[in-house]
Amino acid sequence: MNRQSLSIALTGSGGSGVMTTGSLLLEAASRSGWYGFMSRSSGPQIRGGEAAAVIRLATEPVESPDDSFDLVLAIDPASLNRFVAEIPLREDSLIVTDSAAGRRSGGLPEVPGRVFDLPMQELAKTVQGGRPNMIALGAIAKMIGLSEASIHSALEKILASKGPDIIETSRVCVQAGLTAGTELPIFDQPQLDGASALERWSVTGNEAAGMGAIRGGVRFVAAYPITPATELLEWLASSLPRVGGVLVQAEDELASINQIIGASFGGTPALTATSGPGLALMTESIGLAVCSEVPVVIMDVMRCGPSTGIATKSEQSDLNIALNGLHGDAPHLVLAPTSVTDCLFTTQWAVHLAEAMQTPAIVLSDQSLGQTRAIVERPADVSFIAKRLVPEQFEDSYYRYAVGESGVSPMSVPGQAGGQYTADGLEHNQAGVPSSMPEDHYSQLEKRERKINDFDYGQHWADLEGSGSTAVITWGSATGPVREALSRLREQGNDVRLISLRLLAPERPLEMAEALKGVKRLLVVEQSHSRQFHRYLRSAYDLTTEVRVFNRPGPLPFRPDEIIQQLADWTGEAGT
Amino acid sequence: MSSDTLQVQLQPKEYKSAVKPVWCPGCGDFGVLGSITKALAGLHIQPENVAIISGIGCSSRMPTYLNTYGFHGVHGRALALATGLKTARPDITVIATGGDGDGFSIGGNHFLHTCRRNPNMTYIVMDNQVYGMTKGQASPTTEPNWQKGKLTPAGTGINPFQPLAIALASGANFIARCSSSDSNGTARVLMQAIEHPGFSMVQVLSPCVTFRPEQREWKNRLIPAPEEMQATSDAAEAARLLLTDEGVYTGILYKGNRPVYQPKLESSMENIAEFEEEFRI
Repeated sequence: MNRQSLSIALTGSGGSGVMTTGSLLLEAASRSGWYGFMSRSSGPQIRGGEAAAVIRLATEPVESPDDSFDLVLAIDPASLNRFVAEIPLREDSLIVTDSAAGRRSGGLPEVPGRVFDLPMQELAKTVQGGRPNMIALGAIAKMIGLSEASIHSALEKILASKGPDIIETSRVCVQAGLTAGTELPIFDQPQLDGASALERWSVTGNEAAGMGAIRGGVRFVAAYPITPATELLEWLASSLPRVGGVLVQAEDELASINQIIGASFGGTPALTATSGPGLALMTESIGLAVCSEVPVVIMDVMRCGPSTGIATKSEQSDLNIALNGLHGDAPHLVLAPTSVTDCLFTTQWAVHLAEAMQTPAIVLSDQSLGQTRAIVERPADVSFIAKRLVPEQFEDSYYRYAVGESGVSPMSVPGQAGGQYTADGLEHNQAGVPSSMPEDHYSQLEKRERKINDFDYGQHWADLEGSGSTAVITWGSATGPVREALSRLREQGNDVRLISLRLLAPERPLEMAEALKGVKRLLVVEQSHSRQFHRYLRSAYDLTTEVRVFNRPGPLPFRPDEIIQQLADWTGEAGT
Repeated sequence: MSSDTLQVQLQPKEYKSAVKPVWCPGCGDFGVLGSITKALAGLHIQPENVAIISGIGCSSRMPTYLNTYGFHGVHGRALALATGLKTARPDITVIATGGDGDGFSIGGNHFLHTCRRNPNMTYIVMDNQVYGMTKGQASPTTEPNWQKGKLTPAGTGINPFQPLAIALASGANFIARCSSSDSNGTARVLMQAIEHPGFSMVQVLSPCVTFRPEQREWKNRLIPAPEEMQATSDAAEAARLLLTDEGVYTGILYKGNRPVYQPKLESSMENIAEFEEEFRI
């Protein structure tokens, strides 16, 4: 494999600044030409507790965590304890820690790897106001060959709000760390000149989703703060006013969803973002949007459930509620981005689809996409924008819910004379007048289903790669590890097919049959304990192949070697 | 998006739709429907520039009976729908309508926060102190010893909700009480409510002749507030009145000058590609 990559974890106890250090490291690496990403792992504490910044740098774009880590820098030795499962190590992994730090809370856990001591506390004390995490940054920079200039420009950017004194202090600490780093092992230097020729972005999944929303035409957002969707809202709160839009901080999620339905009824494309508990609160009113045919987009940045679950960690377990949470027969759209970058595309597409079909779209992102900052190639421009079918002129009587061939009826906008109607969650006739007549119920149910079933979704319903008779089917954030596993297998001459669904509802039976043509074995990969995706596939599609499931709940991400192992075990048993 | 058509003055009846109300004969809500049409006609607001927003309940059926834009949403969320619409479309006259259960029980949180936010809209609550559509249960404004509610056969035993005092304390900018039996008087109050900036809260005592037939007597009990107490802008004075008048005074009971919620919707960006600057390495 031509790609070189380095996986680095920084751990520390609360307030030790590992997230800042990680952000600086990623920023400096990006300026040196690396691709990569940083994920966050922390407990629920606002301050305190242990935290880990989990970084992978690579010479090419990368979406998946690697199988194990090359370097761990533990600001204090005991902080690694909490992350033993999340940070797999090898015998040749390097562990750099400060044996003098945090003695009271115990030492390093028993993990494989070579341990090196770096007196970060002691070195920090030599600088007035100095901090061990900046010593760590300098040492890592030395070990992986980042230039001083790249570190300095990262400090200028990321610590800008802290003022020049803090930046200067940090610079002196980094210098001390760079010097101390000469005592530590140095990694091989990769060739990095190719990457810098292309335009690259540093973006989180939450920011990418926000950008997708604005590009798609969203100008009204109402939302209630919730982890891990909050950064998406924060980005939109400051960005929307620049394009004539607004974010309203609502009193609760019931208000959020209803405010966006109200704004969209008024003709403004609208979105809310939340996580599982908020989605549960919104479901009644998402049904209202279905019945009254008002387009809205609901971003669910998923976390471990049920209930409050693990608010800071990722899981793909809101699939059931997104697909089936609404009461009555309530056809709607469910989509999922397949990578950090794809959060932009899929959100933008969702806005376009919701508006085109006058229906709610639920977009299932998750913590591992939303809160991960990635260095990526600039996402391609796509032309999907909100374009609603609005009547130009009115006959004597306007039928808001006219049953036509496509099922999409022209939707008037307040202010249009002759277009007055009442949007209603009561079943209604074509004019929008409440009706309990069976024929009205049937025809409106059928219309609302047909408009999303018959829509032409093109190629975007799924990412399809490869053509082998073994396939892996997955969705959302699990796609990254699967894609890397299959890419490794392909390099070994073993073609395994990838099917990653971007459109989960409505079902695409014809396209799926085509995608599965010639497949003999199908491995389902998903991050949920109760196999929600597998159950969905079984109910929605004819799976005539042999099927196995590799599932586990959050928060541990899938790693490419695990998927390769699953496939190897299956092939081994079959004797081929 | 205002209409280009000639703004002709319409008669109140032209604001009504052709749909026949589901209400019982004698229901107070008929009077309120009439008052709304008179107020809109009196203010010369074209029907296409009005949106009536409601939740669930007898009085929440209101939008269907008007020839304006309307939204009949889910139970308790009318004010959230209305806030979203008004914030995104400040050019539209937004009026939320509903009952005491919809507004003060299931929708209580939105009531507090909409008063607090103070968007420029009007909220008409047709208060009949009972859940009519589900056939006669006690509501938040029901008196504690009313024993005809089948879920509370011994009475609720709990204090009624004081919507106007709470509206005042929460930040509403205009507070009035009306009687559905005085259709013209209610229309005059609604005209002022619609014209006054910010959140205008209008409680209309509107008898439920089916489950609370004794409320027919309201028209004899309700009296206009003394002249000197009408339309005060002194919140402390209004509070004293609202907490001591036993709910019998009608008229405009507070007219404040509190800041109105309306974010500016003006773009300062020529090309949304400018956002890319912050991501570019």
